[in-house]
Amino acid sequence: MNVANIKINPKKFHASQLKFYAFLIPLCVVMSLPVIYVLFSAFKPSDELFKFPPAIIPQNFTLENFQRLASTVKEASVPITRYVFNTVIVTLATVIISVLVSVFAGYSLSKGKSKIKTVLNEINTLSLMFVSVAVTLPRYVIIVRLGLYDSFLANVLPLIAVPVGLFLLKQFIDQIPDALIEAARIDGAGEVRIVVKIVFPLLTPPIATVALLSFQSAWGNVEASNLFIDDESKKTLAYFLNTLSSSNMGIAGTGIVSATAFISFVPNLIVFIILQSKVMDTMATSGIK
Amino acid sequence: METKRNKISGAKVWSYIFLSPYALGFITFIALPVTVAIFFSFTDFNTINVPKFIGLKNYITLFTSDTIFMQYVVPNTVKFSLLAGPIGYALSFFLAWSLAQITKTPRTVLSLIIYSPSFAAGATMNVIFKVLFSGDSNGLINAYLLRFNLVSAPVQWLLSPNHLMNVMIMVTVWSSMGVGFLAMLAGVLGVDRELYEAAYIDGVKSRAQEILHVTAPSIKPQLLFGAVMAVVGTFSAGSIGVQLSGANPTPEYSGQMVLNHIEDYGLIRYEMGYAAAVSVVLMMAIWLVSKIIFKLLGEKKIPLKLKAELKK
Repeated sequence: MNVANIKINPKKFHASQLKFYAFLIPLCVVMSLPVIYVLFSAFKPSDELFKFPPAIIPQNFTLENFQRLASTVKEASVPITRYVFNTVIVTLATVIISVLVSVFAGYSLSKGKSKIKTVLNEINTLSLMFVSVAVTLPRYVIIVRLGLYDSFLANVLPLIAVPVGLFLLKQFIDQIPDALIEAARIDGAGEVRIVVKIVFPLLTPPIATVALLSFQSAWGNVEASNLFIDDESKKTLAYFLNTLSSSNMGIAGTGIVSATAFISFVPNLIVFIILQSKVMDTMATSGIK
Repeated sequence: METKRNKISGAKVWSYIFLSPYALGFITFIALPVTVAIFFSFTDFNTINVPKFIGLKNYITLFTSDTIFMQYVVPNTVKFSLLAGPIGYALSFFLAWSLAQITKTPRTVLSLIIYSPSFAAGATMNVIFKVLFSGDSNGLINAYLLRFNLVSAPVQWLLSPNHLMNVMIMVTVWSSMGVGFLAMLAGVLGVDRELYEAAYIDGVKSRAQEILHVTAPSIKPQLLFGAVMAVVGTFSAGSIGVQLSGANPTPEYSGQMVLNHIEDYGLIRYEMGYAAAVSVVLMMAIWLVSKIIFKLLGEKKIPLKLKAELKK
C-alpha cells in the first residue's frame, strides 16, 4: 500500500499542502483582524483612532489610552486596579477550587465504590447541555436566599461545578488501571493519598483543560457582577468593560475601551498558549461515546 | 477478612466525601436553579410577594397571547439557531480537518488564531464589533463603504432591524470555533493511520470518501461532543443582540431572542413566574435539539454510556 497517500498529520511540508494554506491563511487573517485591530487601537493616539484609511499598526505608539483609563476611573468611586485585582483573585480561586473539586469527584465517579455513580455520571453528561444563562434568575433567587448576595463569594461559587470539566476528567481517570489503585490500597495508602500521589500526576492534560475552561469562564464572567453583587468594589474587570462599551463611546471613549479590551484579552491568550498542547492531548482521547 | 471489609466500607465513605463538594456546587447552582425555574413557572411571582400557584397559565399565555414571543422571539431564535449553529459546527469540522493536513508548527499557530475569537466572546467581543460596525461614518466598515461609494450614508448596522440579525449571526459564527473545534482537531489527528491504509486497500478513492468512511466514523465521540458544545454555545449566545445594539428590547425586536425575553420579563418587568416559564421552554428546546442531533449522528438515546477507550 502506498503510504504516501495518507496525508493526515504530515511530518514534512509537501506542495500538495499548499491548497490548504491557500484558504486557511486568508481565513485566519480575516478572522484575526477584528481582534488585532482593537488590540492595536489601545496604543493609538486619538488622532490615529479615526484616521482613514485606518492603519492597523499605530504609527506613534502611545500609552495615553491606558493613562486616561487609569485617571477616568479614579474620578469614579472605584479605580480600575480594583477591578483587575478582583478579577485575578476571583479567577485564581475559581480555577483552583474547580480543578480540585472536579478531580476528587471524577475519582469518586470512576474508581469509587458508591452504588449510584453510574446514575450520577449520566446526570452529569446530561448537564453538558446545561445553559446557565437560561436560569440566571433562579440563580439570583438562590444567591439571595443563601445570604450570598453582595458577597465576594458570589463571584466564585456559581462557577465551581463545571459538567464539561468533570466529564473530561472522569474519562481520563477511567484509563488509569484499577490494579494500580488496588495495589496502592493494599500498600495501605489512604484514598486522599492515592488521589494526590497517583491520580493527580497522571492527569496533567485534562487538568490543564479544566483549568483553561474555568479560567475563561471566570475571567469573562459578568453575570455575578451584574446581578449578584451591588458593591462596586467587589465587581470584576469584565463587568467594567461591559459598562464602558455599552455607554456611548466618543473618540476618547474608543481609546479607553480598546485599552480595557487589551487588558482583558491578553491574559486569555497567554494562558491558552501555555496550556494548548496539554489541551490537545486531552481532546484526542475524549468525546461522547 | 474483617480488615478487608473495613477497607471497602472506608472506600465507600470516601467516595461520597470526594463527591460532595462538586455535588454541592452542582445541586446549588445547576440542579436547584432548574428545579426552581420549573416551580416558579407554575406561579405568579413578582419577586416580592409569595409566589401564587396558577397552574399552566404562564405557558398558556406564552403560547396563545404573547404576540412578541410568537411573532418575533420564536422566529428570531429559530433563524439564528438554524444558521449560526450548523454553520459554526460545519466550519469547525472543516477547519479542524484542513488543519490536520498541514505540518505541526503552522497548524498550532493557525489553530490558535481560529480558536482565539471564542475566548474574545463576551465583553471583549462587544467592543470589537462596536468599533467595526459603529453606525456613524467612523465605524470601520462604514468608513470603507463610504470611501468606495458603496453606500451614500453610514449604515446603522447595530440599530437597524434589517441588519442586526445578520451581524449577530456573523459574530456568533466567527466566535464558534471553541472547545468543540479543538476536540475535533485532536480527534482527526488521532485517527489511526492503519485505518486509512486499510480503507484505501478496500477501494476508497477520494478525500471525500476518506472523510465519510474513515475520519468521521473514527472521531464520532468528538463529533458528538462538538455538537453538544455547538448547541450550548449557540443558545448561550442568544443575548448577543442586546449586547450589540445596547438596548432591550432590540430595535423593533429584530434581534430579540428567548434569552432576551427572559431578561425582559424577569429583570425589567419583575414577572419572575412568567420568565421562569420561558426558561423552562428554552431548556426543553435545547434538550430536544440535542436529542435530534444525537439521532442524526447515529446514537440511540441520551444519556449515553461513557467510554474512555476510543481505540478499537
